[in-house]
Amino acid sequence: MSERPEDDAWLARPSSIRLLWRAFWAVLALTVIAQVVIKVKGYFVVDGWFAFGAVFGFLSCLLMVLVAKWLGYMLKRDQEYYQEQDDA
Amino acid sequence: MLSLLPPAFILLIGAILIGPLKGHWRSAVLLAAPLLTLWAVWQVPDGVSLTLPFLGYSIEPLEGSALRRLFATIFALMAFVGGLYAFRHARWYELASGYAYASGAIGVCFAGDLITLFLFWELMALFSTVIVWCGGTPAARAAGIRYAIMHLLGGVILKVGIEGVYIHTGSLEIRPMLADNFDHWMILIGILINAAAPPLSAWLADAYPESSPTGSVFLSAFTTKTAVLALILLFPGEPILIWVGVYMIMYGIIYALLENDARRILAYSIVNQVGFMVCAVGIGTELALNGAAAHAFAHIIYKALLFMSAGVVVYRTGKSKCTDLGGLFRTMPLTTICGIIGALSISSFPLTSGFTTKSMISQAAADGGMATVYFLLAAASAGVFLHAGIKFPWFVFFQKDSGLRPKDAPWNMGAAMVIFSALCLLIGIFPETFYQFLPYQTDYVAYKAGKVLFYLQLLLFSGLAFFLLLPLMKRTLTISLDVDWLWRVAAFRVGSAIYNASSMAGRDIEQGLRDLVARLREFSRRHLGVGKDEASRGLLARSWLIGTTSLWIAVLLTAYMVAYFV
Repeated sequence: MSERPEDDAWLARPSSIRLLWRAFWAVLALTVIAQVVIKVKGYFVVDGWFAFGAVFGFLSCLLMVLVAKWLGYMLKRDQEYYQEQDDA
Repeated sequence: MLSLLPPAFILLIGAILIGPLKGHWRSAVLLAAPLLTLWAVWQVPDGVSLTLPFLGYSIEPLEGSALRRLFATIFALMAFVGGLYAFRHARWYELASGYAYASGAIGVCFAGDLITLFLFWELMALFSTVIVWCGGTPAARAAGIRYAIMHLLGGVILKVGIEGVYIHTGSLEIRPMLADNFDHWMILIGILINAAAPPLSAWLADAYPESSPTGSVFLSAFTTKTAVLALILLFPGEPILIWVGVYMIMYGIIYALLENDARRILAYSIVNQVGFMVCAVGIGTELALNGAAAHAFAHIIYKALLFMSAGVVVYRTGKSKCTDLGGLFRTMPLTTICGIIGALSISSFPLTSGFTTKSMISQAAADGGMATVYFLLAAASAGVFLHAGIKFPWFVFFQKDSGLRPKDAPWNMGAAMVIFSALCLLIGIFPETFYQFLPYQTDYVAYKAGKVLFYLQLLLFSGLAFFLLLPLMKRTLTISLDVDWLWRVAAFRVGSAIYNASSMAGRDIEQGLRDLVARLREFSRRHLGVGKDEASRGLLARSWLIGTTSLWIAVLLTAYMVAYFV
């Protein structure tokens, strides 16, 4: 492990992470703005709307993470669960 | 001469030779047998080219078509690259089992009748179980037994269906059917068990991650994809498969999101990806079946690639839990890059193989006017990026610094990963070259500006969602219960309850019998017992006076005589 952040790998330095985030936001913005020029063919009307892919992608991920979280409360067990069942 | 031999047998002979050969000879067989098989695969002409008598049936072990050759090609290729990945590290019996397993898969590809299909199907079940056992841990042994039970059960169900079809139609031919009678349902269920379809999906994520780093690479490729091929051959356009597929897609995403073990994340995403293929077979149009076949081909490559990169991590660090890993990109650049290429491919990022194959399936849903399926597939594509595309590389190679500084992959593992990474990119960048090998002629165009933009939005914003929701996805030292809980725990509990109840009832009955015997003994002692003196004798054991006795005899004889005359 490195003592000072600037000794660590480039990717792990806080300054580069800040830079990568800025670049990521820029690319995100670009993919949405590009829809002004490039027409997205909608097979079912709504999927041709402006920024539909972005909103749909984000929201479905949000929904899936929340559903997984909720199911996790019911389904998650300690990693030794089955061994303990066998011993019981 | 060699071209008359079914390709599966070439690989099987290779598998048999691996054991007795040593050193360079073994390595030579390991690398040459799959390549020879690959060559033989491409010599198989269309139609049935071999008919043999077998137990009074006539079987057709060699029937070719573009679809069959496509699957056999990727299986042979997989055996080669898997062999390259494994040959310096795996034990000989794991390698031999891997090749025998692959030969079973190739045998299924060219099976012209249901008996041949069944025989190779069981060959796969047998040797894949051995590979699970090669994990070598007690957990691997137990998982292998559960795996074997599931697949033998699937095999029995499949066989019931095959026998039913033969009895009712007199034909063993492999031809498209629908799930419209008992026999066909049995065949469908038998195949779906191998495809890890619900409710029996749990075996896959249970067994695969317990195998060795090299074994999981073999396991990831064959069983589920031969099931997809069998579905394409036997049940194209069976509507129920659409929803079975959609369920598998969602199941894979949710369980992978909950999972902590890196290889188990990949196992769940096999179910997810096979779901796309099963759904496509259900849609059943030419484009959809092309999509299913193409996606199976691409999937084997990038999934093996992902398991290879995870395997290198397990091989070098002995760890596979996300909570123990992280920051490995510093010392494992090659493994990281290959893992990322695999992850981008599974997420169907443009310029990777996933994009050019999976988008055919979405397109088929759109062409068929299936709005719900189309939007679910789009949401699932976002979800795949979330659960495998980012989650796997992020937690293994980046996230925190775990302090681990393992060496990068050994040369042969690195070479195997580079070959498959290159194939992921080639199929992604030059899809038309690949499309000509698909079962149906197609003029499908993968890259249209609008479509690429739509998927970029979808995927990049899922990426945003991942990083914003990271606090919600904190890794925990947990496993997730699945349907197999029903027999691993619930059935066991019911069984022990019945055992306890019956042993308690048994104890009661035994006690009751003992009481009865004691009471009978007491009764007989009271009435028949012989004591020391007259007073302690039982009622029926007392002695009578001679006079009383003769008087009673006289009375009896008189009564008898009276009765005689009357």
